[in-house]
Amino acid sequence: MDKKTSRRSFLSLAVLTPLAAWGLSACGTAGPGGGSSASAGSATMWSLSGQPNEGLRKDTVDAFNKANPDSQIKLTFFQNDAYKTKIKTAIGAGEAPTIIFGWGGGGLKTYAQAGQVIDLTSWFADNPKVKEKLFPSSFGAATVNGKIYALPTENVAPIIFFYNKDLFAKAGAQPPKTWDDLMALAKTFNDMGVAPISLGGQSRWTSMMWLEYLFDRIGGPEVFNAIFAGKANAWSDPAAIEALTKIQDLVSANGFIKGFSSITADSNADQALLYTGKAAMMLHGAWTYGSMKSDGGDFVTGGKLGWVNFPTVSGGKGDPKNTTGNPGQYLSISSKASEAEQTTAKKYFAEGLRTDAEIDSWIKNGQVPIVTGIEDKLAATPDKDFLTYVYNLAKNAPNFQQSWDQALSPTAAEALLNNIDQLFTKSITPQQFATNMNATLGQ
Amino acid sequence: MTATTTLPGRRTATAGQRSKGTTGPLAWLVMPALVVFVVFAVLPLAGVLLLSFTHWDGIGAISFAGVANWLDTLKDPMMYHALWLTFVIMALSWLIQTPLSLLLGTFTAGSQKYRALLAVLYFLPLLLSSAAIAIAYKALLDPNFGLAAGLHLPILAQDWLGQPGLALGVVIFVVSWQFIPFHTLIYQGGVRQIPKSLYEAAEIDGAGRVKQFFYITVPQLKYTIITSSTLMVVGSLTYFDMIFVLTGGGPGNATRNLALDMYLTGFRANLMGPASVIAVILVVLGLALALFLQRLGGKDANKSQLEGA
Repeated sequence: MDKKTSRRSFLSLAVLTPLAAWGLSACGTAGPGGGSSASAGSATMWSLSGQPNEGLRKDTVDAFNKANPDSQIKLTFFQNDAYKTKIKTAIGAGEAPTIIFGWGGGGLKTYAQAGQVIDLTSWFADNPKVKEKLFPSSFGAATVNGKIYALPTENVAPIIFFYNKDLFAKAGAQPPKTWDDLMALAKTFNDMGVAPISLGGQSRWTSMMWLEYLFDRIGGPEVFNAIFAGKANAWSDPAAIEALTKIQDLVSANGFIKGFSSITADSNADQALLYTGKAAMMLHGAWTYGSMKSDGGDFVTGGKLGWVNFPTVSGGKGDPKNTTGNPGQYLSISSKASEAEQTTAKKYFAEGLRTDAEIDSWIKNGQVPIVTGIEDKLAATPDKDFLTYVYNLAKNAPNFQQSWDQALSPTAAEALLNNIDQLFTKSITPQQFATNMNATLGQ
Repeated sequence: MTATTTLPGRRTATAGQRSKGTTGPLAWLVMPALVVFVVFAVLPLAGVLLLSFTHWDGIGAISFAGVANWLDTLKDPMMYHALWLTFVIMALSWLIQTPLSLLLGTFTAGSQKYRALLAVLYFLPLLLSSAAIAIAYKALLDPNFGLAAGLHLPILAQDWLGQPGLALGVVIFVVSWQFIPFHTLIYQGGVRQIPKSLYEAAEIDGAGRVKQFFYITVPQLKYTIITSSTLMVVGSLTYFDMIFVLTGGGPGNATRNLALDMYLTGFRANLMGPASVIAVILVVLGLALALFLQRLGGKDANKSQLEGA
């Protein structure tokens, strides 16, 4: 097992090294596919690299191109973190691709307010079938001031509380139902010499997921809604302070694996800790199921991966069915694109996406596509337990909170991630965290 | 030397024809370099200076902000923290790199075959990109899957990039590892320029290897040391890529130096105004340091030190 892991990490290193170098150097160049350079009718689109989704995205576009010789889409892939910077720079320079991939929320809001993406409200009115087929909860993050600026697409990815069934059986423990259970489990597993919780703390948004759930469980969705609305001192809400204090208590109890702030999520090292039995629990996006299945040997197929709802907090106001995460990915159309390019993009939105082939591929990759009425399809797969769980979680959640770093403006999000990093390493107190973050409200 | 002495003679020969335009052709010859310098250095610099007085998120409209960004940034404790870190990294990496590369440079300057072989090996880090180095070290230092786990050496299983002090130490170590080969190369060249006669004379006078090093090699390398130090000091202001990939400025802000602070402010937080202020501060600092180091070399810095040797 050990040998296998080290060989894999070496291989991924060998693959990642040129990629990262390329990613960094790509930041500076104009890149392919400026809106003006494409020929009439052929739109450009940027998307995220990384298998298995890269292949799926390419197949979907290829199928559309094959069916529509007159409206071609030129697809270019970028690595996740490099893309986030590159797309902002490209849009600011008026060099955006026709179809802009994103995560909705605060980022989309800045594009919409700058008039860089077109209003799709009337297009949705003309194409009612598209809207009917999509999860209703996915439209919140696509809407700015009552207008829809993006098409929800791809998959729904709530944050899931995963655990290693083998380790729980060895410890004779049950998955946590309450926060107190979790604190007790931290001790149980530390005594066993196993890290209780795996966390890729260097990526910062991984730590943020803990706060998203805790805020909701303690104070309900209202706490973050007040922050989102920019109400003065919203971060100092008693529920917020309680959540921030609880997380530091968990850090102090060695709840998270030693050295968690050296671990990044990009390398999937946090998932590896769970499936190699070095850590017992992990809070992570539903998308990690697919990679744990492909990388973790028989961990997933052998039924060793368990999942439960995030623990409740005694006296908490939040509905235990509430969830958080990415209600979807989003595609917008650049307002700088020509009429013909926009027409191609709209055609792709209407016909190229949500095809049976695309939906089946998402399911095959262990992810829940963002379309309704697929219960039967999900139930017919080997991953039916997990997929049905995710589908119902997303569908039945009274509140599906979008990831904070996507919901907030980029300015506030960067401050948030920076302060979360300091909170988890205990360089600041919950009160200092609240004070620092209150200063960013309304930005 | 001969080329420059003949030039005036030629010029006087044709002086009658173009007495007015003597500087003309020469000025034109400067043009390509000047154009490149103006377009790629002066204009962007002016642009950044202008941006530092504006509000801009990188996407929407630019609006005039007056001195608000400057006041905010100069009041921001983060900027001073980043500035302090920049100086810490600069000082410590200079202190580590200079003696090591001086010694290695002197060692590899020898003509022995094994030294030439070792020199080639020492220079290997020069061939790697900063991002690749950072990713490699990140993997090696991973507390769970890195070198410690592979070699079963628990002592290596520290939270290298997760403890503020350790992370800063790792950054300085990796910077030194990456750049010592380059400075070794500079010192190797410098040492090879020192006339053999000096060492022969010293040997006759009974000076041993250590004395020769301190009384001949080091003084003769005075200007090489200044050149190498200038590169190190000014270069350390802009350490970005390696730190960005290795730690991203974390944990917390423990390795967020000024260049990284500028990037994160501008491109992550979308605050181009304050980021431009930091950029201007970086430029001013870099120029001031370079000037200071030039002064350190004395006014005759460009004069040969081999005269009379």
